[in-house]
Amino acid sequence: MSRWVERIAPVGFGVAVLAAWQVAVWATGTPKYVVPGPWDIVTAYLASSGELNAALVSTLTVTFAALAAAAALGVVLAVAMAASVLFRAAIQPWAVALQVTPLVAIAPLIILWVNQAFAALVICATIISFFPILANTAAGLAQTPPALLDLFKLNGASRWQTLMLLRLPSAVPNFLTGLRISGTLALVGAVVAEFVAGSGGFASGLAYRILEAGYRLEIPKMFAAMVLLALAGVAIYAALGGVEYVVLRRRER
Amino acid sequence: MIEIAGVSKVFENGTVALEDISAGIAAGEFLALLGPSGCGKSTLLRLLAGLETPTEGAIAWAQGRPKPGEIGFVFQDATLLPWASALDNVMLPLKLLGRARGKAREDAAAALAQVGLAEFLAAKPAALSGGMKMRVSIARALVAKPKILLMDEPFAALDEFTRQSLQEDLRNLWRRSGLTVVFVTHSTYEAAFLASRVLVMSPRPGRIAADFSSTVTGEADRRETPAYGAFVTEMSRRLRAVMPARGEVAA
Repeated sequence: MSRWVERIAPVGFGVAVLAAWQVAVWATGTPKYVVPGPWDIVTAYLASSGELNAALVSTLTVTFAALAAAAALGVVLAVAMAASVLFRAAIQPWAVALQVTPLVAIAPLIILWVNQAFAALVICATIISFFPILANTAAGLAQTPPALLDLFKLNGASRWQTLMLLRLPSAVPNFLTGLRISGTLALVGAVVAEFVAGSGGFASGLAYRILEAGYRLEIPKMFAAMVLLALAGVAIYAALGGVEYVVLRRRER
Repeated sequence: MIEIAGVSKVFENGTVALEDISAGIAAGEFLALLGPSGCGKSTLLRLLAGLETPTEGAIAWAQGRPKPGEIGFVFQDATLLPWASALDNVMLPLKLLGRARGKAREDAAAALAQVGLAEFLAAKPAALSGGMKMRVSIARALVAKPKILLMDEPFAALDEFTRQSLQEDLRNLWRRSGLTVVFVTHSTYEAAFLASRVLVMSPRPGRIAADFSSTVTGEADRRETPAYGAFVTEMSRRLRAVMPARGEVAA
């Protein structure tokens, strides 16, 4: 199969599903407050695009702030874990425990404890997204070629030089893989935190718009907000994948 | 220059890599450590470099333990930093040693010219062939003007033609510079061509089975001389004698 056909395949599939959906809604006469057709969703989006776009920007701001915090936290913890066996032993189980505890269970506490709404949302999204960066960067740091470590030793390199000139640059590909995974998790984290916070009363992101539309039975608008979220997730994943590709290609050529 | 006295190395898992090795290494000689895999020749090289410490015995240096940068080491693979240019890779030891940047740049360019890569300063490893990468690796080992060059089967992964041309260049470099070289190999042909002295080692545990001074003469037609052929035969015979009954004979 040619590359061109492969590129067009997901679009073709999507169009076919949307067409079938629209036809099914028309044919069965389902009311749009139960299942809206694609066209109802587009109309709903156009009717409140200003409000929905602002909500999207708000959610993305939380997502990227959390991703930046997750990257910093993940790399710092990975370096500390690579530097000290004791630190690694002390921290690793807690990092895993934090990762497996469902965010919906922790989020109400964080929102209760942290007064500032934006900070609370960022903390929630960071908690869910730092682990892949930590795990991948730590794996990259552990895979530094032993011969290069010997070379650094023979030339009297300090630990700082070994870290900055060898170990961290060696871990860049792993870090970028972690970042790509964490990007979509940060969005999930932002949305989950907004859901929890939204029921507590701060109104801003897309999750709040979904809740609000749900209460008012504005189901097409609810779908429009969900579509925006899905598109944002795909775009973040693709953009971080693009960053990974470009950085790795450029640095070895 | 170096006195190895009664050195043994036992690894944590109980493997006896080397047993009671004693040998001297004279300044300016090209010493080959020849043996099959598992004879501890790489371990001996790492002990000389100070990357491992002997379990028993001692390695004494006539002028005191080498300081950082005084040992040049070439590994089995080129082990270059894939994100750095040839020039930056060769500058690396000087950077680690804290040398001035301008001078380091000049020295690195000169070292690359010495191995025939004057035109490839900006090339990154992915753009270089296996032989060229190994040349960069040799330039990196020489750039800090080490007292001794330790090489761990550096040409084993290269094709025959590349290997021969690197062997010739290495021998010329040694003849011109008067550098002391310790070269680990499992090839009798390589040892016969390069070395002024060969230590044949036996496997498990590693011991010195023979100590040959090369009688091979000639440079241009070195591989065609009768002395070269005779030396190869003698070393092969010696290796066969030290190998376990059903073991393979090293090439």
